[in-house]
Amino acid sequence: MKTLNTMNKTSKNNFITYGIVLAIFIFCAVYIETDMATFLFKGLMVPICVNVILAVSLNLTVGILGELSLGHAGFMCVGAFAGSFFSMMTQETLTSVWIRFPLAFIIGGLSAAFIGLLVGIPVLRLRGDYLAIVTLAFCEIIKNIMNNLYIAKDINGLHFAIGVGAYNEIEFDAASKQVLINGAMGITGTPNDSNYFWGFALIFITLIVILNLVNSRTGRAIMSIRDNRIAAESVGINITKHKLIAFVISAFFAGVAGVLYSHNLSSVIATKFDYNYSILVLVFVVLGGIGSMRGSVIAAIILTALPEFLRDIGNLSDYRMLIYAILLIAMMLINNNDYLHQMTQGVLGKFRLGKKSKKNEQEGVS
Amino acid sequence: MSVMLETKNLGISFGGLKAVDGLSLSIEKGQLYGLIGPNGAGKTTAFNLLTGVYKPTMGNFFLDGEKLTGMSTIEINKKGVARTFQNIRLFKQMSVLDNVKVGLHNNFEYTAAEGIFRLPRHAKVEKQMNEKAIELLDVFGLAGEKDRLSSNLPYGKQRKLEIARALATSPKLLLLDEPAAGMNPQETQELMDTIRFVRDHFDMTILLIEHDMKLVAGICEEVTVLNFGTVLAQGETSSVLQNPEVVKAYLGD
Ligand SMILES: Nc1ncnc2c1ncn2[C@@H]1O[C@H](COP(=O)(O)OP(=O)(O)OP(=O)(O)O)[C@@H](O)[C@H]1O
Ligand SMILES: [Mg+2]
Repeated sequence: MKTLNTMNKTSKNNFITYGIVLAIFIFCAVYIETDMATFLFKGLMVPICVNVILAVSLNLTVGILGELSLGHAGFMCVGAFAGSFFSMMTQETLTSVWIRFPLAFIIGGLSAAFIGLLVGIPVLRLRGDYLAIVTLAFCEIIKNIMNNLYIAKDINGLHFAIGVGAYNEIEFDAASKQVLINGAMGITGTPNDSNYFWGFALIFITLIVILNLVNSRTGRAIMSIRDNRIAAESVGINITKHKLIAFVISAFFAGVAGVLYSHNLSSVIATKFDYNYSILVLVFVVLGGIGSMRGSVIAAIILTALPEFLRDIGNLSDYRMLIYAILLIAMMLINNNDYLHQMTQGVLGKFRLGKKSKKNEQEGVS
Repeated sequence: MSVMLETKNLGISFGGLKAVDGLSLSIEKGQLYGLIGPNGAGKTTAFNLLTGVYKPTMGNFFLDGEKLTGMSTIEINKKGVARTFQNIRLFKQMSVLDNVKVGLHNNFEYTAAEGIFRLPRHAKVEKQMNEKAIELLDVFGLAGEKDRLSSNLPYGKQRKLEIARALATSPKLLLLDEPAAGMNPQETQELMDTIRFVRDHFDMTILLIEHDMKLVAGICEEVTVLNFGTVLAQGETSSVLQNPEVVKAYLGD
């Protein structure tokens, strides 16, 4: 009986999170389908969904695994380009969006996950906070590679080149030439498959996968590493394996968010996936509460929508960034002040696994 | 009676400092064995050697006849050595129950995918894990606090939870580093009963470090005394504790 109660407590918390997302989805669906929504509102739907998926997936690395990643936009970039490339290649053969788009998500996600594995294998084996530095550098490298990548096809097949010089040397069959990825101009002509329906479906999938992972044998192992690596080792937890599982799943969903993002725009350029974007996602995670998936959802929605809506409110628009900054500070205070936090906890019904404590791993083990 | 743990001339030096120097001891299966000595004698370092945290620079150690020297902490735990820490190391942001369930990790099996997609084995194995974890918590009178955050437990209970977590890995040998530190005399008395119970109930071999001589004299059948990394005395507890050399080392001159 007591066992049932604990299970119910976590699942209850998770169902509140699903319920909140479902309620927001129903509200948006009704609002949009009854034609009450403004152009701005409709245009914000997919970017909000993208940011929610990014925030929840980054929280797996930051809040559950306890590692700092500053390159989430890099994985998003990989997913965006891989997904778009796939969609452009198969646009004519796979005409059904119900088949092509899910495949694009899987391909975008797996590409990002694969790159996550390549980054993670060397870095996550080290002790210490190297991940932040490496992911930061990785994000810049990916951005620069994609910024200089040219892929075009003609009757003879696909042609790849890095750098415009190499690209210009390729001899194309002019009649059948089609540029797919055009260096700094990015990728143009991705089918605009994204909409809020796909967005919310993916938010649900992301939440279900990550919350189920957290509340499983593997999830407990991941959190034990965060709380005390030495103790985790002493009870036989494979540190590298579990760090990689968390990091790769996190990268997978960043890739999925990238696919959703790139299929919402007529053209995607690599410079969009920069350091600032990674930091923005980290801000969602920190302000929503490290380790709290529900907090990440709420913070990503509010902080994506707010600056845009403030732009729209007549004489307030001059103070847009000021209000945004005040809100950021207010959220930070609420999150870091125990008294305020308790007060708002009841109101917002947020749950948190608790603040991430400063790591105090001494050199010696006693 | 067979030997559970045997160390042969085990040692490590940090730079010039020989923290443990030529430690040889032999612990019988089912024995309660004490490792004592003044501060800085190398007791915790010996535990770190036996759990693979440090690799010995000399000597070997064997568990149940198998040589474990050079293995990683994880491998050594899987071979059957579990420990607690002098400075408590719980999974602070996890519940009491989950702390023990992390200890059970390698004794139960379902994959990450089975957990993510909530396949049948997930529910079945989770139920078994919960039952096993509560059974262990019950031994230490902690079952009623299973949902509390482990860092919110009082000090004495945190020490007990660490023992429960170590036992969850179903070890052959349990290493306790100052289990009574910070406990009042009554708690210490209870702890002595619990340690005896663990030994009898789980058929456990226990090696413990302790400064509380009442506890050592009360439950340890044999002891080894370390001083400046070397063995000062070894043997049956009451006679070792009366050894003038040992008394002198403890008085600190
Ligand atoms: N990683 C390390 N690097 C350098 N010196 C170390 C290291 N670990 C332990 N030592 C040294 O080894 C010696 C033994 O330390 P240890 O912690 O094993 O003592 P102890 O017997 O457990 O003492 P206490 O009763 O105070 O816990 C000390 O001088 C300590 O400073
Ligand atoms: Mg010590």
